[in-house]
Amino acid sequence: MAAIDQTQVKEGVDQETVDAVREVGGKYKYGWETEIEMEYAPKGLTEDIVRLISDKNDEPEWMTEWRLEAYKRWLTKEEPDWAMLDYPEVDFQDQYYYARPKSMEEKPKSLDEVDPKLLATYEKLGIPLKEQMILAGVEGAEDAPAEGRKVAVDAVFDSVSVGTTFQKELADAGVIFCSISEAIREHPELVKKYLGSVVPVSDNFYATLNSAVFSDGSFVYVPPGVRCPMELSTYFRINAENTGQFERTLIIADKGSYVSYLEGCTAPQRDTSQLHAAVVEIVIEEDAEVKYSTVQNWYPGDENGKGGIYNFVTKRADCRGDRAKIMWTQVETGSAVTWKYPSCILRGDDSQGEFYSIAITNHHQQADTGTKMIHLGKNSKSRIVSKGISAGVAQNTYRGQVSMHPKAKNSRNYTQCDSLLIGDKCGAHTVPYIEVRNNSSRVEHEATTSKVDDEQMFYCRQRGMGEEEAVALIVNGFAKEVLQALPMEFAMEAQQLVAISLEGSVG
Amino acid sequence: MNAVAKKIEATTARLEGMSLPAGGKWATEAREAALTRLRTMGLPDRRDEYWKYTRPDTLTQTDAPEASVLDTGEAPLFDGFDRLKVVFVDGVFDAEQSDDLSGEGLNIERLADVAAKDIHWARDVYGVLENNGQSPVERPLAALNSAFATDGVVIHVTGKVSRPVNLIYRHKSDSSDAILHHVIKLDAGAELTVLENGPAAARFNKSMEVDVADGAAFHHVRAQGRDHERRAVTHIFGRLGTESVFKSFTLTVNGRLTRNEAILELTGDDAVAHVAGACLGDGDFHHDDTVFVTHDAVNCESRQVFKKVLRNGATGVFQGKILVQPGAQKTDGYQISQSLLLDEDSQFLAKPELEIYADDVACSHGSTSGAIDEEALFYLRARGVPKDIATDLMVLSFVAEAVDEIENEDLRDEMLARLEGWLERRRD
Repeated sequence: MAAIDQTQVKEGVDQETVDAVREVGGKYKYGWETEIEMEYAPKGLTEDIVRLISDKNDEPEWMTEWRLEAYKRWLTKEEPDWAMLDYPEVDFQDQYYYARPKSMEEKPKSLDEVDPKLLATYEKLGIPLKEQMILAGVEGAEDAPAEGRKVAVDAVFDSVSVGTTFQKELADAGVIFCSISEAIREHPELVKKYLGSVVPVSDNFYATLNSAVFSDGSFVYVPPGVRCPMELSTYFRINAENTGQFERTLIIADKGSYVSYLEGCTAPQRDTSQLHAAVVEIVIEEDAEVKYSTVQNWYPGDENGKGGIYNFVTKRADCRGDRAKIMWTQVETGSAVTWKYPSCILRGDDSQGEFYSIAITNHHQQADTGTKMIHLGKNSKSRIVSKGISAGVAQNTYRGQVSMHPKAKNSRNYTQCDSLLIGDKCGAHTVPYIEVRNNSSRVEHEATTSKVDDEQMFYCRQRGMGEEEAVALIVNGFAKEVLQALPMEFAMEAQQLVAISLEGSVG
Repeated sequence: MNAVAKKIEATTARLEGMSLPAGGKWATEAREAALTRLRTMGLPDRRDEYWKYTRPDTLTQTDAPEASVLDTGEAPLFDGFDRLKVVFVDGVFDAEQSDDLSGEGLNIERLADVAAKDIHWARDVYGVLENNGQSPVERPLAALNSAFATDGVVIHVTGKVSRPVNLIYRHKSDSSDAILHHVIKLDAGAELTVLENGPAAARFNKSMEVDVADGAAFHHVRAQGRDHERRAVTHIFGRLGTESVFKSFTLTVNGRLTRNEAILELTGDDAVAHVAGACLGDGDFHHDDTVFVTHDAVNCESRQVFKKVLRNGATGVFQGKILVQPGAQKTDGYQISQSLLLDEDSQFLAKPELEIYADDVACSHGSTSGAIDEEALFYLRARGVPKDIATDLMVLSFVAEAVDEIENEDLRDEMLARLEGWLERRRD
């Protein structure tokens, strides 16, 4: 990572932080490619391609119609240009919209039948062997005893879900965890009811595109009162060249349930940019809670800005019931371009939304990311903690909205965003929208290290801590807590990120 | 047709039949350039990002909505001050009510006279600072002003002027639609205080371009009153040289719609720019502060302090930005916007932005919104202070941080007295 090595870092910036960013932004570890025979749909996007994707997934007629409707709407939509992002125009006809390993045409029955290259891919990505067997689509592997902590994984390779682990154990608890294509076939009543209910078909340009062409993704349903017995995880891997990945995730947490969901993603290193436009919809009913954690590690492009993933993602959680709770945690280190705003609609009374984000950009990376907190219910609470770190010639923007509707009485928001610049060629930006439409709600937006909670400060100072020390403890301590709560798969990244300090940061 | 093309078409239709005022060579060139800018960007509409929270339609439509003149019986503002009065009635200079336009260390001319000349120094400022301020955010109503303004003052400050220049805007006609454009140039080391007050017209579009040379200081205190239906859009463009100072404070009460934009560019090292505002809104009141401060030099300081007290369905808007250009190291940027919502119907909409391209800077911003602190209110009431007076005390203490930005103590007291008078008149 030449850019940081040669950068004169200003006084006051913690060396550990610089090292951590250097490590995170160092050589991309997942840039290798699996050489595997693939089956592609023809390049470009037409009605026929939409039909073909639907056909490949054995979808019922209503789903095909749903996609075609989205495709028609997409044709009328304009690409948004309001983000602080500068990238060459994407040619949507110069992409493959469907790609799957040939060996996945028929589901392998035993380990021997699985394409060893596919096995090796997951091994190399660090997915435990036991799970690898299941990931590779081996039937019956679920019965083998699992060791250590259990994480059920749905692995998506380009356009298809390769396999989902622990399905049986989850089914015993009543939890449905499968690929979305399987859910469309097996649980049409749930999909019909919830798909597009949080992110409508024509929500935005990329979401509409996704609605037309999404090929796979994960589906989760947690029935009332069930605490999901293990963490659920989806691992997205883009492998094929010139292929866009359009995954769709739908999570439904019924009354009083709980689930923690993890998402990871990587892609090979290539000179040309690749498109990724995902949609994640989460429905949270009364007293239910969902935790959604992401480590986004798509290929960021090389140090000259060549290649990398264009990541346009629409993620939204709808807290429909009273006391529903959503927590988004995201660590954004990859992608050449990130356009992503995981949002919370706090519809239920006493509902709660939290957003914790660390976005690190280096070299030519650009990130425009943040959240929306839409307060509709009474006594709803939200909290936003965002850290943006920029190095090289990267640009990092926090863009967020906090909206208190007239009926959201006695609601509360606290927002804190901090940015850190490493070197004088990069940029850090903050674009918050604050809309308060009633007076019993309190909204606070802060972007300084010296303005942490006064009471906490007082508490620390009273015990003899210096001001800076106290601020560091409060703010970093909080972030660390979040990062350390990240699941095992993310432990490596998280540990590196914990070293990041806020010292020398700007609002 | 896309949104931009539609906007431009609407603007072309709106401008049809309007011709640029006649003038000398420099003014004609400046006005033509401004008109071209306006035609290219189009008048604002609701879809524009920077008009998200404020409807521009009544500011752009052909006829000004009517506004009646309100008499509160208050003594005229700045009455006790030794000042040089320049009076405009419904946007037209009134020589009889004005003082003699001369003073030591400064030269004041009417824009109407200056624009008739073929050559004048004003060409280096008029429309120039406005043009600089059109990027990255377009301000079409300022371009409209530069193109069509015929009156205003052109002030050249050569020394330290102790007597403030007071621009007084009287409103007589219910249907007046006024455009004024002022140009102020401060030579190196010069100093000037400009006071502004009065409702001006039923609809008022005012621009002020201030060029502050090295070591010069410009102070600005403004009170926007009083007529309930009046509408106004104002722009202040400031260019700051090395070690120069620019300080502006605005108090706004009443008015159906007010949009105040301040666009400041710190081009010389060690410059200081402060913009502050306090507004009290009651009922059908919409107040918008849009501020854009660009740091383009080393070791500069900027502050934005805005406080809004809103009740009975009033709306307050704040859009503030600090842009730190590459190389503008050691920048100290501060921005705070706060609202006090006195009832359930009022609203506060804010977009406090930072855009930073230099690594050795301290920039911070904060924005809060909430109701009156019930505990503090209880404390006051427990000590025998009646509720309305206690509330007013808390309102005054809330806006104090903004009023304190005024350097001159007498002017600060004058503003506080206005605030108190307004609150008193509105007690239940």
